[in-house]
Amino acid sequence: MKISGYLRPDGSMGFRNHVAILTSVGCANDLALKLGRMYPNILLLTHRQGCSQLGADNDQTFRTLAGLGKNPNIAGVLVVGLGCETIPAEHLANEISKTKKMVEYLNFLDDEGLMAAIPKGARILEGMLHEASQMTRVPCGIEQLTLGLKCGLSDTTSGITSNPATGVAADMVIESGARVIFSETPELIGAERIVGERAASREVEEKLYRMVKEFKERAKASDMDLQEANVAPGNIAGGITTIEEKSLGSIMKGGSKTLQGVLDYGEIPKGKGLFFMDGPGRTPEAVTGLNAAGAQIIIFPTGGGSPGGSLISPVIKVTGNPQTAQRLRDHIDVDVSSVIRGEEPLEKAGERIFQRLLKVANGELTKSETLGYGSIAVWNIGLLCG
Amino acid sequence: MDIQKAIIMNEKDNVATLLADVGKNNAVQVMVGGRLMEVRMQGKIQFGHKFAIRKINKGENVIKYGEAIGQATQDIEEGQHVHVHNVESLRAQGDLL
Repeated sequence: MKISGYLRPDGSMGFRNHVAILTSVGCANDLALKLGRMYPNILLLTHRQGCSQLGADNDQTFRTLAGLGKNPNIAGVLVVGLGCETIPAEHLANEISKTKKMVEYLNFLDDEGLMAAIPKGARILEGMLHEASQMTRVPCGIEQLTLGLKCGLSDTTSGITSNPATGVAADMVIESGARVIFSETPELIGAERIVGERAASREVEEKLYRMVKEFKERAKASDMDLQEANVAPGNIAGGITTIEEKSLGSIMKGGSKTLQGVLDYGEIPKGKGLFFMDGPGRTPEAVTGLNAAGAQIIIFPTGGGSPGGSLISPVIKVTGNPQTAQRLRDHIDVDVSSVIRGEEPLEKAGERIFQRLLKVANGELTKSETLGYGSIAVWNIGLLCG
Repeated sequence: MDIQKAIIMNEKDNVATLLADVGKNNAVQVMVGGRLMEVRMQGKIQFGHKFAIRKINKGENVIKYGEAIGQATQDIEEGQHVHVHNVESLRAQGDLL
Protein backbone atom coordinates (compact mmCIF):
# COMPACT_ATOMS: atom_id res chain seq x y z
CA MET A 1 0.00 0.00 0.00
CA LYS A 2 1.58 3.27 -1.15
CA ILE A 3 1.28 6.62 0.52
CA SER A 4 3.53 9.66 0.30
CA GLY A 5 5.66 11.61 2.72
CA TYR A 6 8.79 13.64 3.29
CA LEU A 7 11.91 11.48 3.45
CA ARG A 8 14.15 12.47 6.37
CA PRO A 9 17.94 11.98 6.42
CA ASP A 10 17.64 9.07 8.89
CA GLY A 11 15.27 7.20 6.55
CA SER A 12 12.12 7.99 8.52
CA MET A 13 9.10 9.51 6.80
CA GLY A 14 7.26 12.67 7.77
CA PHE A 15 3.61 13.05 6.78
CA ARG A 16 3.79 16.77 7.55
CA ASN A 17 6.69 19.14 6.97
CA HIS A 18 7.00 21.52 9.89
CA VAL A 19 9.71 23.86 11.11
CA ALA A 20 9.58 24.19 14.90
CA ILE A 21 10.89 26.16 17.85
CA LEU A 22 11.33 23.91 20.87
CA THR A 23 12.01 25.45 24.26
CA SER A 24 14.35 23.55 26.58
CA VAL A 25 12.74 25.27 29.56
CA GLY A 26 9.52 27.13 30.31
CA CYS A 27 11.46 30.35 30.96
CA ALA A 28 12.30 30.51 27.23
CA ASN A 29 8.64 30.33 26.12
CA ASP A 30 8.33 34.09 25.65
CA LEU A 31 11.23 34.14 23.22
CA ALA A 32 9.52 31.38 21.23
CA LEU A 33 6.25 33.32 21.21
CA LYS A 34 7.96 36.47 19.95
CA LEU A 35 9.66 34.56 17.13
CA GLY A 36 6.36 32.85 16.41
CA ARG A 37 4.71 36.21 15.74
CA MET A 38 7.32 36.84 13.10
CA TYR A 39 6.78 33.44 11.44
CA PRO A 40 3.16 32.34 11.91
CA ASN A 41 3.76 29.05 10.08
CA ILE A 42 6.28 27.61 12.49
CA LEU A 43 5.29 25.25 15.30
CA LEU A 44 5.70 26.65 18.79
CA LEU A 45 6.66 23.70 20.98
CA THR A 46 6.46 25.41 24.36
CA HIS A 47 5.86 23.80 27.77
CA ARG A 48 6.50 24.43 31.47
CA GLN A 49 9.20 21.84 32.26
CA GLY A 50 12.98 21.72 31.83
CA CYS A 51 14.28 23.12 35.09
CA SER A 52 14.51 22.23 38.80
CA GLN A 53 13.72 18.60 37.99
CA LEU A 54 15.62 15.58 39.31
CA GLY A 55 16.35 11.96 38.40
CA ALA A 56 13.70 10.03 36.50
CA ASP A 57 11.53 13.13 36.14
CA ASN A 58 14.34 15.10 34.52
CA ASP A 59 15.26 12.13 32.30
CA GLN A 60 11.66 11.79 31.19
CA THR A 61 11.44 15.47 30.29
CA PHE A 62 14.67 15.25 28.31
CA ARG A 63 13.56 12.09 26.49
CA THR A 64 10.19 13.64 25.66
CA LEU A 65 11.53 16.97 24.39
CA ALA A 66 14.20 15.21 22.32
CA GLY A 67 11.53 12.86 20.94
CA LEU A 68 9.35 15.80 19.90
CA GLY A 69 12.29 17.31 18.00
CA LYS A 70 13.04 13.95 16.39
CA ASN A 71 9.45 13.38 15.24
CA PRO A 72 9.61 12.80 11.46
CA ASN A 73 6.85 15.36 10.82
CA ILE A 74 9.40 18.04 11.77
CA ALA A 75 11.87 19.07 9.06
CA GLY A 76 13.94 21.40 11.19
CA VAL A 77 14.01 22.63 14.76
CA LEU A 78 15.49 25.55 16.66
CA VAL A 79 15.96 24.73 20.36
CA VAL A 80 15.88 27.83 22.57
CA GLY A 81 16.95 28.01 26.20
CA LEU A 82 18.31 30.46 28.72
CA GLY A 83 21.58 28.68 29.47
CA CYS A 84 20.98 28.08 33.20
CA GLU A 85 18.33 25.29 33.09
CA THR A 86 18.71 21.60 34.04
CA ILE A 87 17.96 20.56 30.45
CA PRO A 88 20.48 22.54 28.37
CA ALA A 89 19.35 23.50 24.88
CA GLU A 90 22.69 22.31 23.54
CA HIS A 91 22.17 18.77 24.91
CA LEU A 92 18.70 18.60 23.43
CA ALA A 93 19.96 19.84 20.05
CA ASN A 94 22.76 17.25 20.12
CA GLU A 95 20.31 14.44 20.81
CA ILE A 96 17.92 15.58 18.07
CA SER A 97 20.79 15.95 15.61
CA LYS A 98 21.26 12.15 15.66
CA THR A 99 18.42 12.18 13.10
CA LYS A 100 20.64 14.41 10.88
CA LYS A 101 17.75 16.82 10.33
CA MET A 102 18.25 20.61 10.56
CA VAL A 103 18.86 21.47 14.23
CA GLU A 104 20.21 24.63 15.82
CA TYR A 105 20.13 25.96 19.36
CA LEU A 106 20.60 29.27 21.13
CA ASN A 107 20.86 30.30 24.77
CA PHE A 108 19.64 33.80 25.13
CA LEU A 109 21.68 34.57 28.25
CA ASP A 110 24.87 33.87 26.26
CA ASP A 111 24.89 37.13 24.31
CA GLU A 112 23.00 40.32 25.13
CA GLY A 113 19.77 38.67 26.23
CA LEU A 114 16.47 38.84 24.44
CA MET A 115 17.43 41.71 22.11
CA ALA A 116 20.27 39.65 20.66
CA ALA A 117 18.40 36.35 20.67
CA ILE A 118 15.47 37.59 18.56
CA PRO A 119 17.42 38.49 15.40
CA LYS A 120 19.68 35.46 15.83
CA GLY A 121 16.70 33.11 16.13
CA ALA A 122 14.85 34.84 13.31
CA ARG A 123 17.75 34.32 10.93
CA ILE A 124 18.07 30.61 11.79
CA LEU A 125 14.33 30.06 11.30
CA GLU A 126 14.26 31.91 8.00
CA GLY A 127 16.93 29.54 6.71
CA MET A 128 15.07 26.46 7.90
CA LEU A 129 11.74 27.63 6.45
CA HIS A 130 13.37 28.22 3.10
CA GLU A 131 15.06 24.83 3.16
CA ALA A 132 11.83 23.03 4.20
CA SER A 133 9.88 24.76 1.44
CA GLN A 134 11.98 22.94 -1.15
CA MET A 135 11.20 19.47 0.22
CA THR A 136 8.59 17.49 -1.72
CA ARG A 137 6.58 14.35 -1.05
CA VAL A 138 7.82 11.03 -2.32
CA PRO A 139 5.96 7.69 -2.39
CA CYS A 140 6.51 5.39 0.56
CA GLY A 141 4.97 2.32 2.13
CA ILE A 142 2.55 2.43 5.03
CA GLU A 143 5.11 0.47 7.08
CA GLN A 144 6.82 3.85 7.62
CA LEU A 145 3.89 4.91 9.79
CA THR A 146 3.87 5.01 13.57
CA LEU A 147 0.23 5.42 14.52
CA GLY A 148 -0.63 6.76 17.98
CA LEU A 149 -3.94 5.96 19.66
CA LYS A 150 -5.58 8.04 22.33
CA CYS A 151 -9.18 8.23 23.47
CA GLY A 152 -10.79 11.06 25.36
CA LEU A 153 -14.08 12.36 26.67
CA SER A 154 -15.29 8.79 26.66
CA ASP A 155 -18.90 7.79 27.09
CA THR A 156 -20.63 4.47 26.68
CA THR A 157 -20.61 4.83 22.89
CA SER A 158 -16.76 4.94 23.00
CA GLY A 159 -16.52 1.40 24.29
CA ILE A 160 -19.12 -0.02 21.92
CA THR A 161 -18.43 1.91 18.70
CA SER A 162 -15.52 4.36 18.24
CA ASN A 163 -12.94 2.40 20.27
CA PRO A 164 -13.61 -1.03 18.74
CA ALA A 165 -13.86 0.52 15.24
CA THR A 166 -10.48 2.20 15.85
CA GLY A 167 -9.23 -1.21 16.98
CA VAL A 168 -10.21 -2.64 13.59
CA ALA A 169 -8.20 0.13 11.86
CA ALA A 170 -5.25 -0.45 14.23
CA ASP A 171 -5.24 -4.15 13.30
CA MET A 172 -5.22 -3.19 9.60
CA VAL A 173 -2.25 -0.84 10.16
CA ILE A 174 -0.29 -3.61 11.87
CA GLU A 175 -1.21 -6.11 9.15
CA SER A 176 0.27 -3.59 6.67
CA GLY A 177 3.62 -3.87 8.47
CA ALA A 178 3.51 -0.63 10.46
CA ARG A 179 3.62 0.23 14.15
CA VAL A 180 0.85 1.21 16.56
CA ILE A 181 1.28 2.73 20.04
CA PHE A 182 -1.55 3.00 22.54
CA SER A 183 -1.22 4.48 26.00
CA GLU A 184 -3.03 5.78 29.08
CA THR A 185 -1.82 3.59 31.95
CA PRO A 186 -4.65 4.50 34.37
CA GLU A 187 -7.13 3.14 31.86
CA LEU A 188 -5.45 -0.27 31.98
CA ILE A 189 -6.37 -0.66 35.64
CA GLY A 190 -8.87 -3.45 35.82
CA ALA A 191 -8.08 -4.65 32.31
CA GLU A 192 -4.28 -5.08 32.53
CA ARG A 193 -4.45 -8.88 32.45
CA ILE A 194 -6.53 -8.89 29.28
CA VAL A 195 -3.78 -6.87 27.54
CA GLY A 196 -1.02 -8.76 29.37
CA GLU A 197 -2.26 -12.10 28.03
CA ARG A 198 -1.56 -10.79 24.52
CA ALA A 199 2.12 -9.97 25.28
CA ALA A 200 4.79 -11.43 22.99
CA SER A 201 6.84 -12.56 25.99
CA ARG A 202 6.65 -13.02 29.74
CA GLU A 203 9.07 -10.09 30.08
CA VAL A 204 6.75 -7.74 28.19
CA GLU A 205 3.79 -8.96 30.23
CA GLU A 206 5.58 -8.37 33.55
CA LYS A 207 6.72 -4.90 32.48
CA LEU A 208 3.11 -4.03 31.75
CA TYR A 209 1.93 -5.14 35.21
CA ARG A 210 4.85 -3.34 36.86
CA MET A 211 3.93 -0.15 35.02
CA VAL A 212 0.32 -0.31 36.21
CA LYS A 213 1.46 -1.08 39.76
CA GLU A 214 3.85 1.88 39.81
CA PHE A 215 1.11 4.16 38.52
CA LYS A 216 -1.18 3.02 41.34
CA GLU A 217 1.61 3.43 43.92
CA ARG A 218 2.24 7.00 42.81
CA ALA A 219 -1.48 7.67 43.22
CA LYS A 220 -1.52 6.12 46.70
CA ALA A 221 1.54 8.13 47.74
CA SER A 222 -0.47 11.25 46.90
CA ASP A 223 -3.53 10.00 48.82
CA MET A 224 -5.44 9.85 45.55
CA ASP A 225 -8.47 7.62 45.03
CA LEU A 226 -7.96 6.21 41.56
CA GLN A 227 -11.60 5.30 41.19
CA GLU A 228 -12.73 8.88 41.63
CA ALA A 229 -9.86 10.29 39.63
CA ASN A 230 -10.44 8.14 36.59
CA VAL A 231 -14.17 7.92 36.17
CA ALA A 232 -14.74 11.62 35.61
CA PRO A 233 -18.16 13.23 36.15
CA GLY A 234 -18.55 13.47 32.38
CA ASN A 235 -17.93 9.73 32.05
CA ILE A 236 -20.53 8.93 34.70
CA ALA A 237 -23.07 11.23 33.06
CA GLY A 238 -22.44 9.34 29.82
CA GLY A 239 -23.19 6.01 31.48
CA ILE A 240 -19.76 4.62 32.43
CA THR A 241 -20.00 3.13 35.92
CA THR A 242 -16.58 1.83 37.02
CA ILE A 243 -12.93 2.07 36.06
CA GLU A 244 -13.08 -1.55 34.84
CA GLU A 245 -15.83 -0.66 32.39
CA LYS A 246 -13.94 2.41 31.22
CA SER A 247 -10.70 0.39 30.94
CA LEU A 248 -12.30 -2.40 28.94
CA GLY A 249 -13.88 0.14 26.63
CA SER A 250 -10.59 2.00 26.28
CA ILE A 251 -8.37 -0.97 25.43
CA MET A 252 -10.70 -1.94 22.58
CA LYS A 253 -9.02 0.85 20.56
CA GLY A 254 -5.71 -1.06 20.59
CA GLY A 255 -7.20 -3.83 18.48
CA SER A 256 -6.42 -7.48 18.90
CA LYS A 257 -2.78 -7.96 17.90
CA THR A 258 0.14 -9.33 19.93
CA LEU A 259 1.70 -6.77 22.28
CA GLN A 260 5.31 -6.50 21.10
CA GLY A 261 6.64 -4.16 23.74
CA VAL A 262 5.98 -1.78 26.60
CA LEU A 263 7.51 1.69 26.41
CA ASP A 264 8.36 4.39 28.88
CA TYR A 265 6.58 7.69 28.30
CA GLY A 266 8.01 9.30 25.16
CA GLU A 267 10.27 6.32 24.37
CA ILE A 268 10.80 5.62 20.68
CA PRO A 269 10.04 1.92 19.99
CA LYS A 270 12.18 -0.48 18.00
CA GLY A 271 10.46 -2.92 15.68
CA LYS A 272 6.95 -3.04 14.29
CA GLY A 273 3.57 -4.11 15.62
CA LEU A 274 1.63 -3.11 18.72
CA PHE A 275 3.21 -1.26 21.66
CA PHE A 276 1.84 0.09 24.93
CA MET A 277 3.34 3.33 26.26
CA ASP A 278 3.25 4.41 29.93
CA GLY A 279 1.45 7.69 30.36
CA PRO A 280 -1.48 9.58 31.80
CA GLY A 281 -4.88 9.91 30.19
CA ARG A 282 -4.99 13.70 30.17
CA THR A 283 -5.05 14.71 26.52
CA PRO A 284 -2.14 17.19 26.13
CA GLU A 285 0.29 14.90 28.03
CA ALA A 286 -0.96 11.78 26.26
CA VAL A 287 -0.69 13.28 22.78
CA THR A 288 2.73 14.81 23.55
CA GLY A 289 4.03 11.41 24.71
CA LEU A 290 2.80 9.70 21.54
CA ASN A 291 4.42 12.36 19.35
CA ALA A 292 7.66 12.05 21.32
CA ALA A 293 7.58 8.29 20.73
CA GLY A 294 7.47 9.04 17.00
CA ALA A 295 3.76 8.94 16.11
CA GLN A 296 3.27 10.90 12.88
CA ILE A 297 -0.53 10.45 12.99
CA ILE A 298 -2.92 9.90 15.90
CA ILE A 299 -6.41 8.38 15.86
CA PHE A 300 -8.55 9.72 18.70
CA PRO A 301 -11.91 8.07 19.38
CA THR A 302 -14.15 10.28 21.51
CA GLY A 303 -17.68 9.96 22.85
CA GLY A 304 -18.28 13.54 23.86
CA GLY A 305 -16.33 15.22 21.03
CA SER A 306 -13.05 16.29 22.64
CA PRO A 307 -11.43 19.10 20.63
CA GLY A 308 -7.95 17.86 21.66
CA GLY A 309 -5.36 17.87 18.92
CA SER A 310 -1.63 17.93 18.42
CA LEU A 311 0.68 20.59 17.05
CA ILE A 312 3.01 18.02 15.51
CA SER A 313 0.68 15.48 13.95
CA PRO A 314 -2.74 15.18 12.43
CA VAL A 315 -5.30 13.82 14.90
CA ILE A 316 -8.21 11.90 13.37
CA LYS A 317 -11.22 12.29 15.63
CA VAL A 318 -13.72 9.41 15.57
CA THR A 319 -17.08 9.35 17.33
CA GLY A 320 -19.81 6.75 17.62
CA ASN A 321 -22.20 9.05 19.46
CA PRO A 322 -24.83 10.30 16.96
CA GLN A 323 -25.56 13.41 19.02
CA THR A 324 -21.86 14.35 19.13
CA ALA A 325 -21.43 13.57 15.44
CA GLN A 326 -24.17 16.07 14.65
CA ARG A 327 -23.68 18.81 17.24
CA LEU A 328 -19.84 18.79 17.29
CA ARG A 329 -19.38 17.94 13.60
CA ASP A 330 -16.59 20.55 13.36
CA HIS A 331 -14.50 18.46 15.78
CA ILE A 332 -15.19 15.07 14.19
CA ASP A 333 -13.37 13.53 11.22
CA VAL A 334 -15.02 10.13 11.05
CA ASP A 335 -18.60 9.48 12.18
CA VAL A 336 -19.18 5.82 13.10
CA SER A 337 -22.53 6.35 14.81
CA SER A 338 -23.94 4.19 12.02
CA VAL A 339 -22.78 1.21 14.11
CA ILE A 340 -25.23 1.76 16.94
CA ARG A 341 -28.02 2.52 14.50
CA GLY A 342 -27.40 -0.96 13.14
CA GLU A 343 -26.56 0.44 9.68
CA GLU A 344 -22.91 -0.59 9.49
CA PRO A 345 -20.88 -3.40 11.09
CA LEU A 346 -17.80 -2.43 13.14
CA GLU A 347 -15.48 -3.93 10.51
CA LYS A 348 -16.82 -1.57 7.81
CA ALA A 349 -16.53 1.42 10.13
CA GLY A 350 -12.94 0.42 10.93
CA GLU A 351 -12.19 0.18 7.20
CA ARG A 352 -13.49 3.75 6.73
CA ILE A 353 -11.18 4.98 9.51
CA PHE A 354 -8.26 3.22 7.81
CA GLN A 355 -9.10 4.80 4.42
CA ARG A 356 -9.23 8.24 6.05
CA LEU A 357 -5.87 7.56 7.68
CA LEU A 358 -4.31 6.98 4.24
CA LYS A 359 -5.76 10.27 2.94
CA VAL A 360 -4.53 12.15 5.98
CA ALA A 361 -1.06 10.65 5.57
CA ASN A 362 -1.11 12.02 2.02
CA GLY A 363 -1.85 15.52 3.25
CA GLU A 364 -5.59 15.85 3.81
CA LEU A 365 -6.06 18.10 6.86
CA THR A 366 -7.92 16.85 9.93
CA LYS A 367 -10.40 19.04 11.82
CA SER A 368 -7.95 19.75 14.65
CA GLU A 369 -5.35 20.82 12.07
CA THR A 370 -7.66 23.23 10.27
CA LEU A 371 -8.85 24.58 13.63
CA GLY A 372 -5.25 24.90 14.83
CA TYR A 373 -6.06 23.09 18.06
CA GLY A 374 -3.29 21.44 20.07
CA SER A 375 -0.73 22.02 22.77
CA ILE A 376 2.39 20.48 24.29
CA ALA A 377 2.49 19.21 27.87
CA VAL A 378 5.24 16.98 29.23
CA TRP A 379 4.16 14.45 31.87
CA ASN A 380 5.80 15.58 35.09
CA ILE A 381 6.39 12.68 37.57
CA GLY A 382 8.45 14.34 40.30
CA LEU A 383 8.44 17.23 42.70
CA LEU A 384 10.27 20.41 41.78
CA CYS A 385 13.60 20.52 43.59
CA GLY A 386 14.17 24.24 43.47
CA MET B 1 -45.42 1.78 24.50
CA ASP B 2 -42.43 2.50 22.34
CA ILE B 3 -40.16 -0.33 21.46
CA GLN B 4 -36.51 0.80 21.71
CA LYS B 5 -33.30 -0.99 20.92
CA ALA B 6 -30.36 -1.79 23.15
CA ILE B 7 -27.19 -3.81 22.65
CA ILE B 8 -25.03 -6.22 24.56
CA MET B 9 -21.30 -6.59 23.80
CA ASN B 10 -20.90 -10.25 24.71
CA GLU B 11 -23.28 -13.14 25.27
CA LYS B 12 -22.07 -13.51 28.88
CA ASP B 13 -23.26 -9.96 29.70
CA ASN B 14 -26.00 -9.39 32.26
CA VAL B 15 -26.41 -5.73 31.30
CA ALA B 16 -27.33 -4.06 28.01
CA THR B 17 -26.63 -0.53 26.81
CA LEU B 18 -29.48 1.71 25.65
CA LEU B 19 -29.36 3.32 22.20
CA ALA B 20 -31.95 5.97 23.08
CA ASP B 21 -33.52 7.60 26.14
CA VAL B 22 -36.42 5.49 27.43
CA GLY B 23 -39.25 6.14 29.87
CA LYS B 24 -40.54 3.98 32.69
CA ASN B 25 -42.48 0.87 31.62
CA ASN B 26 -41.20 1.11 28.06
CA ALA B 27 -40.41 -2.24 26.49
CA VAL B 28 -36.88 -2.48 25.09
CA GLN B 29 -35.75 -5.14 22.69
CA VAL B 30 -32.23 -6.51 22.80
CA MET B 31 -30.57 -9.26 20.78
CA VAL B 32 -29.05 -11.90 23.06
CA GLY B 33 -27.40 -14.88 21.43
CA GLY B 34 -29.32 -14.47 18.19
CA ARG B 35 -32.61 -14.26 20.07
CA LEU B 36 -34.57 -11.05 20.53
CA MET B 37 -35.58 -10.57 24.16
CA GLU B 38 -37.82 -7.87 25.56
CA VAL B 39 -37.15 -6.10 28.84
CA ARG B 40 -39.54 -3.68 30.53
CA MET B 41 -37.77 -0.62 31.95
CA GLN B 42 -38.24 -0.09 35.69
CA GLY B 43 -37.52 3.63 35.44
CA LYS B 44 -36.53 6.44 33.10
CA ILE B 45 -33.06 5.63 31.75
CA GLN B 46 -30.82 7.70 29.45
CA PHE B 47 -29.18 6.86 26.16
CA GLY B 48 -25.82 5.17 26.75
CA HIS B 49 -26.70 3.91 30.22
CA LYS B 50 -27.06 0.27 31.21
CA PHE B 51 -29.92 -1.84 32.50
CA ALA B 52 -30.07 -5.38 33.85
CA ILE B 53 -31.26 -7.96 31.33
CA ARG B 54 -31.81 -10.43 34.18
CA LYS B 55 -31.89 -10.20 37.96
CA ILE B 56 -28.44 -9.49 39.46
CA ASN B 57 -28.15 -10.39 43.14
CA LYS B 58 -26.31 -8.27 45.69
CA GLY B 59 -22.61 -9.27 45.59
CA GLU B 60 -22.87 -10.73 42.08
CA ASN B 61 -20.61 -9.47 39.30
CA VAL B 62 -21.99 -7.07 36.73
CA ILE B 63 -20.82 -8.36 33.33
CA LYS B 64 -20.14 -6.29 30.17
CA TYR B 65 -17.71 -7.21 27.33
CA GLY B 66 -17.92 -10.68 28.92
CA GLU B 67 -15.88 -9.35 31.87
CA ALA B 68 -16.71 -8.19 35.40
CA ILE B 69 -17.04 -4.41 35.43
CA GLY B 70 -17.96 -4.34 39.14
CA GLN B 71 -20.13 -5.86 41.81
CA ALA B 72 -23.77 -5.21 42.64
CA THR B 73 -24.14 -3.45 46.00
CA GLN B 74 -27.84 -4.36 46.15
CA ASP B 75 -30.22 -6.67 44.35
CA ILE B 76 -30.90 -5.35 40.85
CA GLU B 77 -34.09 -6.41 39.12
CA GLU B 78 -34.46 -7.05 35.40
CA GLY B 79 -35.03 -3.69 33.66
CA GLN B 80 -33.48 -1.59 36.43
CA HIS B 81 -30.84 1.06 35.78
CA VAL B 82 -27.34 -0.30 36.55
CA HIS B 83 -24.92 2.46 37.47
CA VAL B 84 -22.87 4.07 40.26
CA HIS B 85 -25.80 3.88 42.73
CA ASN B 86 -25.90 0.06 42.73
CA VAL B 87 -22.46 -1.05 41.44
CA GLU B 88 -18.99 -0.69 42.92
CA SER B 89 -15.61 -1.23 41.35
CA LEU B 90 -13.75 -4.44 42.21
CA ARG B 91 -10.40 -3.07 41.14
CA ALA B 92 -9.95 0.50 42.28
CA GLN B 93 -10.08 -0.40 45.97
CA GLY B 94 -7.22 -2.85 46.21
CA ASP B 95 -4.05 -3.97 44.54
CA LEU B 96 -4.14 -7.37 42.87
CA LEU B 97 -0.40 -7.45 42.35
